[in-house]
Amino acid sequence: MTAVRSVDVLVVGAGPAGLAAAARLAAAGAGRVEVLEREARPGGVPRHCAHGGFGTRTRPLSGPAYAHRLAEAADRAGALLRTGLTALDWAPAGPVLHAVGRGGPETIEARAVVLATGARERPRSARLVPGTRPTGVYTTGELQQAVHLFGQHIGTRAVVVGAEDVSYAAAGTVRAAGAEVVALVTEHPRAQTGPVRARAARLRDRVPLLTHTTVTELLGHGRLSGVRVRHRDGRTAVLACDTVVFTGDFVPDHELARRGALVLDPGTRGPAVDGALHTSRPGVFAAGNVLHAAERAGTAAAEGTRVAGAVLDFLAGACWPAPGVPLAVDAPLRWIAPNRLTPAAPPDRYLLRTGAPLNRPVLLVHQDGRLLHRTRPRPWTALPNRTLTLTARWAARADPEGGEVRVSTG
Amino acid sequence: MTVTAEGPLPARTYDVAIVGAGVVGCAVARELARRPRLSVALVEAQDDVGQGTSKANTAILHTGFDAAPGTLEAGLVREGHDRLGAYAAASGIPVERVGALLVAWDEEQLAALPRLAAKAARNGCDGTALLDPAELYAREPRLGRGALGALHVPGESIICPWTTTLAYATQAVRAGVDLHLNSPVRKVDRNGAHRLLTARGTLRARHLVNAAGLHADTLDRMLGHDDFTVTPRRGQLLVYDKLARPLVRHILLPVPTALGKGVLVAPTVHGNVLLGPTAEDLDDKRATGSTADGLAGLREQGRRILPALLEEEVTAVYAGLRSATGQEDYRIAAHPEQAYVTVGGIRSTGLTASMAIAAHVTGLLAETGLDLGPVREPEPVAMPNLGEAFPRPYQRPDLIAADPEYGALVCHCERVSRGEIRDALASLVPPRSLEGLRRRTRARAGRCQGFYCGAAVRELFERGLPRAGRPTVAEPSAGKPYGRGGL
Repeated sequence: MTAVRSVDVLVVGAGPAGLAAAARLAAAGAGRVEVLEREARPGGVPRHCAHGGFGTRTRPLSGPAYAHRLAEAADRAGALLRTGLTALDWAPAGPVLHAVGRGGPETIEARAVVLATGARERPRSARLVPGTRPTGVYTTGELQQAVHLFGQHIGTRAVVVGAEDVSYAAAGTVRAAGAEVVALVTEHPRAQTGPVRARAARLRDRVPLLTHTTVTELLGHGRLSGVRVRHRDGRTAVLACDTVVFTGDFVPDHELARRGALVLDPGTRGPAVDGALHTSRPGVFAAGNVLHAAERAGTAAAEGTRVAGAVLDFLAGACWPAPGVPLAVDAPLRWIAPNRLTPAAPPDRYLLRTGAPLNRPVLLVHQDGRLLHRTRPRPWTALPNRTLTLTARWAARADPEGGEVRVSTG
Repeated sequence: MTVTAEGPLPARTYDVAIVGAGVVGCAVARELARRPRLSVALVEAQDDVGQGTSKANTAILHTGFDAAPGTLEAGLVREGHDRLGAYAAASGIPVERVGALLVAWDEEQLAALPRLAAKAARNGCDGTALLDPAELYAREPRLGRGALGALHVPGESIICPWTTTLAYATQAVRAGVDLHLNSPVRKVDRNGAHRLLTARGTLRARHLVNAAGLHADTLDRMLGHDDFTVTPRRGQLLVYDKLARPLVRHILLPVPTALGKGVLVAPTVHGNVLLGPTAEDLDDKRATGSTADGLAGLREQGRRILPALLEEEVTAVYAGLRSATGQEDYRIAAHPEQAYVTVGGIRSTGLTASMAIAAHVTGLLAETGLDLGPVREPEPVAMPNLGEAFPRPYQRPDLIAADPEYGALVCHCERVSRGEIRDALASLVPPRSLEGLRRRTRARAGRCQGFYCGAAVRELFERGLPRAGRPTVAEPSAGKPYGRGGL
């Protein structure tokens, strides 16, 4: 029989969202706030993003420095960070979790649980890329850890699959490891990153960008010897390389959410949440990239801060909201988060993704045939794998008893 | 207690050399290890046991209900099923008796079911039952719509093929068999004894067993026999996420008809769901790749069998090559004048039949003049459990209390602890690659395929426990063009 620990709030995952939530909860006097982290160190993905772009404009930080700062803040506020401890599954009822670590099994019951389990890149197998199974096949997550945390040798010539921010970060890691980037390959018509970054890679680093191109086969026995690519016009070629990095194509790490029978959103494939980040399971909240794979670390941290407010209200006696009205998108939009409308406070803004480039898009919000909102979002061009936002000003106009609310492009 | 992977092979003359350390070769080695008087060498081209066809199959322990009655294969599968079932229970090889359903999707298939039931009875497989649609859907509620009925074969089981091969090899080596890896055989001649010319020099043996799998015909020709040709028949398979495991309860088999065989959907002992295999006759024995057409075809067929499966993530894709010989039976032959036994054409039933094949081959060796000597049962092995139906180390408080390393999970998707990785690295037949480590522990075999744990597992494999103060690559300073936009 495992001993049962009792805490006030249990946060699962010590990445930006979990750490920010824990810091605010502990500082606000939520009682015992514990963060479970299965890795040996807190910080989440930024731990191995050894590049800038984190922190604020006035105080830019590298990923590891940012991760360190978030962990420090949570620790200083009085949250208990417990690393090397894996949340395994839920007890049959309530916000109660089973976990295991070097100290053996534990059952932890909490008044509220915050799921902040993050996201991962889909590996080559999940993308159904055919071919042999050689070594030298990476995701950015593995590549960055191999290079920045362990100093492992990764090969000499790498093809990077993807041309979004994380793809350029992966290319940077390849170069930092002393290897050559053969090319960036994207199925889209253009890079999905800022123009300065795309230009620097092309002109300064002389890394070709192959657009409208897909990887159709991995070659090689033992070690990767090349990747076969196909252009939209039917031309094929083999790029000789000993390393390939599959970047982006993030999915929520939603195992705990599913084990807990949380309702998932069909678009994001993460837990469905309302504006205050309540999931379908009373007492269980979610924040960060488990809700929207994947946004920047700063977005996840802001959401962690925000979810803490909702947790504090709940601990103070606020009722758990009913499921609410689903919020869905029409193609070419892929998902929207949060994705439930309840009487709880609407979010600061909605996050969306498009599956195809949109030039000067118009976003329309309808419910039961009624137009609730029409807007021209910035940036002028919405690209796949780039953040697209929608104001929440219209949320009060939605009928809480009505049908689903749909967002489409005009 | 000898495993070698480099350097010249020993100069001694062995009583028996077995070529090929797949599931059959390892089973033969284990069977011969019961005879303490014999000196036995197991010679393998690759750097690990079970690295050819044995690692890439459908992982089913067959009853042999649908074998062609009267064939050697039918008898050996039947006997092997019982032998391996008992051995697995004694050795910690995970087996789950989930049973199989042959699902009929059209009238022709439905009409074939009674014949298959009769065939099962002739093969000594009792307890089969015909199910009407109501009974079928009660057993498999997530089955695609439109099935007309099924034949239930309760005895069909799923098993871990990696642990099986490794258990045989471990027990054989512990009992005195020499395992020589990285020793592809290039030439064979005979001068009183067999001389195997390998990449690591010459190995001599008085008796020879050919368990070379896909290359059994090549080795057979080196000894002057032109009895069969191995045509690799590729089977591509998809391994679905563990979250798909609740979708299916039985092995869902296709009903074989004149139009050929369909694909199966089966749970695995590791807690995943398999979809496959394709069947493509090829001429390249190295063509273990998957193809776009193959995977698309599998998904199309899988969608009908278990529609919800297609909504799940794919964890792994692999392809195995069956040793097809154009004859619907094994090609096991003794050549007494050469003190040589060929074990060819061992098809997908080889895993199930392996122990019976080994006993049969040992009998044939005796007929070729080998004096087996007395029997001494080898010490039982206790294999690390990779199966979800039995407690894994992280689920055993007693184990963690005795050694906290079993509570320190490294590979999160598969819940593999540092203790298990350490044990595998220190085992009698240790892994020599990350793939070998994966087959022994499941590390890196999960849904993230290394996104989270890949580098950490590699570190443990290459350098043992991490050392403090290892230099890492310098961080680029913030603000450079590559340093924009973290996740």
